[in-house]
Amino acid sequence: MPTIIDITEDKAIEVKNFEFTYAGSDEPNLKNISMPIAKNRVTALIGPSGCGKTTLLRSFNRMHDLYPGNSYAGEILFEGRNILQEKEDMIKLRTQIGMIFQKPTAFPMSIFDNVAYGLRLKGIKNKSELADRVEKALKDAAIWKETSARLKHDANGLSGGQQQRLCIARAIAVEPEVLLFDEPTSALDPISTQGIERLIIELKEKVSILIVTHNMQQAARVSDYTGFMYLGDLIELGRTEDLFVTPCEKLTEEYITGKFG
Amino acid sequence: MTHTEKRILTNKIVMVLSTLSAAIGIAFLLWILSVLVINGIEAINWNIFIYEGAPPGYEQSGLKHALIGQLLLVGIATLIGVPLGIFGGTYLSEYGGLKSRLANVIRDVSDIMMSAPSIVIGSFVYAIFVAPMGNFSGWAGIIALTIIMVPVILRTTDDMLQLVPSTLREAAFALGAPKYKVILQVVIRGAKTGILTGVLLGVARVSGETAPLLFTSFNDNFLNTDLSQPIASLTVTMFNYATSPYEDWQKLGWAAAFILSMFILGLNILGRLILIKRKRK
Amino acid sequence: MNRFLDRFFHLSTLSIALLTLLVTGAIFGVLLDEAKPAMDALGLSFLIDTKWAPNLEKFGALPAIVGSILSTALAMFIAVPLAIGVSIFLSEISPQIFKTPVGVSIELLAAIPSVVYGMWGLFYFVPIIRDLFGGLGIGLLTAGIVLAIMILPFMAAVTRDAMNTTPDILKESAYALGGTKWDVVKDVVIPYAKAGIIGAAILALGRAIGETMAVTFVMGNVHKIPSLITDPATSIPVALANEFTEADGALYFSSLFYLALVLFVISFVIIAFAKYAFLNRGKRAVS
Repeated sequence: MPTIIDITEDKAIEVKNFEFTYAGSDEPNLKNISMPIAKNRVTALIGPSGCGKTTLLRSFNRMHDLYPGNSYAGEILFEGRNILQEKEDMIKLRTQIGMIFQKPTAFPMSIFDNVAYGLRLKGIKNKSELADRVEKALKDAAIWKETSARLKHDANGLSGGQQQRLCIARAIAVEPEVLLFDEPTSALDPISTQGIERLIIELKEKVSILIVTHNMQQAARVSDYTGFMYLGDLIELGRTEDLFVTPCEKLTEEYITGKFG
Repeated sequence: MTHTEKRILTNKIVMVLSTLSAAIGIAFLLWILSVLVINGIEAINWNIFIYEGAPPGYEQSGLKHALIGQLLLVGIATLIGVPLGIFGGTYLSEYGGLKSRLANVIRDVSDIMMSAPSIVIGSFVYAIFVAPMGNFSGWAGIIALTIIMVPVILRTTDDMLQLVPSTLREAAFALGAPKYKVILQVVIRGAKTGILTGVLLGVARVSGETAPLLFTSFNDNFLNTDLSQPIASLTVTMFNYATSPYEDWQKLGWAAAFILSMFILGLNILGRLILIKRKRK
Repeated sequence: MNRFLDRFFHLSTLSIALLTLLVTGAIFGVLLDEAKPAMDALGLSFLIDTKWAPNLEKFGALPAIVGSILSTALAMFIAVPLAIGVSIFLSEISPQIFKTPVGVSIELLAAIPSVVYGMWGLFYFVPIIRDLFGGLGIGLLTAGIVLAIMILPFMAAVTRDAMNTTPDILKESAYALGGTKWDVVKDVVIPYAKAGIIGAAILALGRAIGETMAVTFVMGNVHKIPSLITDPATSIPVALANEFTEADGALYFSSLFYLALVLFVISFVIIAFAKYAFLNRGKRAVS
């Protein structure tokens, strides 16, 4: 039985007996996962590669639906509804739960158009409103200074770290409730990584954050709660300082002390 | 209607349109393919391989002359074009490399020549060969086909040799081998399946050429193997028979089209299989 | 000995490679030389003169040039949207099980000799056009459609390849912002693959303008600027294919070489432009 902390704070998302099976797989790739995700906190998922942490993360915005044959079971409760339900409005869900990817994914368009992209999808056409919200998002993502003078330039001219902040700006411009980070610094240098980590901590005032990371120090630095996953199971979820100092499960202890992984 | 509803509707419309255009495109292509196969199979019989061309209305008429002419033209063009293409490509990859300006100019010019209108090549060969010699001839057709084939093989060889890891070359040099031996014995051998694919594609490409043969090798309704004389090819025979008003000639035209297309498709499929097999390794 | 062989091998491969430049140069030179009498006699008015009457020694290339441009434009007008539709279907919509068989058949159809497309056009498509629009069924419209069908497989295959280079992660991030499939295709996939798609279209254009056999059957070779889309017409390659072996008289011959030269220059420029501006050069900034 996994050790899952019972949090007393408000919850943004509640996962109940969740299972996920990839197309063509005989048995579930994620097994019976139940966990809360606290509101306005950072929850990190750690574990050896292949443990299913990214698979779990991509279930929250139903990214798996892009590829045929994948199937979910159980419940993921968000705003009082099960987002795994058949009639879930995927477009709305994805504007409520945003995502940042492993590599910067600037679209082949200008910096401004990148950030305005989600807003335009929502139907905002008013030029001054767009300009205001783009500026605010860029400021919130701490990249306004570098980009304010060249908003019309191609976004691919930015450095990797700047592009990743741009992607964060693009995600927060539509004011989501939750942000999913999938190893957001794995393609970045240490200084850019530090900047992104600082940003994640600042952002939690506005959004609830779930981050997958292969880097335990990163989880320790940015998160309030940490979950440890292993072979498709969530082994333990606790307050970050507790999990790293006094883990309850033997497997967790072995992983964080570097005995495997 | 909200903006999002509009987007969802647009999405549906575009998805339907795009599926529809795929259906239209594929329907046309299936149409052509079925026309080719049905007419071809209906027209094919043993006589085609036994008899030469004959005046319309003759029972005993076939395509023997065109089949043999086609084999001669494409076969000899291949014999000349393949070594030229492979050695030219070898220069580009092994002596020129990616930074040499000369090599890059040759690459660009070959790429352009690959897409140049083949009828222009035909008129060129007419001017330099047919006109001075005073008659159409098999050799003129062979020259035209060779000019078309060489760039294809040259560029594939170039690309394939560049895929050979440089460590392989270094290892051979480290054993004291001279460069020409390294190239001939190690590099070309390492890329041989890729080069073979290029050769197959080059042969397939020229096998379907009609326009450059119209006024080089011209045509002959009877069997001829003298390359200094006009000679029949499947493609020109197809053209002449198909545009004739005689039904039995048109039928022979379809038989020629079927045989030739199957040959070219076979070469393409073979080339693909070789590449797939190589990837698996 | 080895040093000698090394030099020999180097020089012989070099001369073979140089042969491609030599032949290309020779094509230009020879066509220019052969066209010279016509250029001297007719000058540039050859290009804008509308009368082509060999028996009167009158040679105006405008009908053939206009026919080339119109038939190619018509073919592109039909083939480009179809090819983009087919490639969107293949790269984004089609169920996995269709992707490979449909994709491979399209690639194989690109290899079928154009003379077969011409035969199909003559025997199966001309009657339909005749029934629909009256007249002979041979002409600009038929030529444009047959050309379109001929370049479709090539263009669709190259466009699909270009679209398939779009990284999944880039598409996913557009979906993650709430994009529909079409949003993702139009805002991410097409802009990302833009250079490849335009390059494919221009290469297809180069093919169409130089194509002989697919249109010779169905265009009519009438040296008149068509006033209706269903009128018979001619194009440069069609005129060459029909008249080269029949030409008598030095000026007639020279005029045909003049036409060939014009065609060679046009397609050389188109293909070179496609390559330099959109293909292989200018490596992509996105990693």
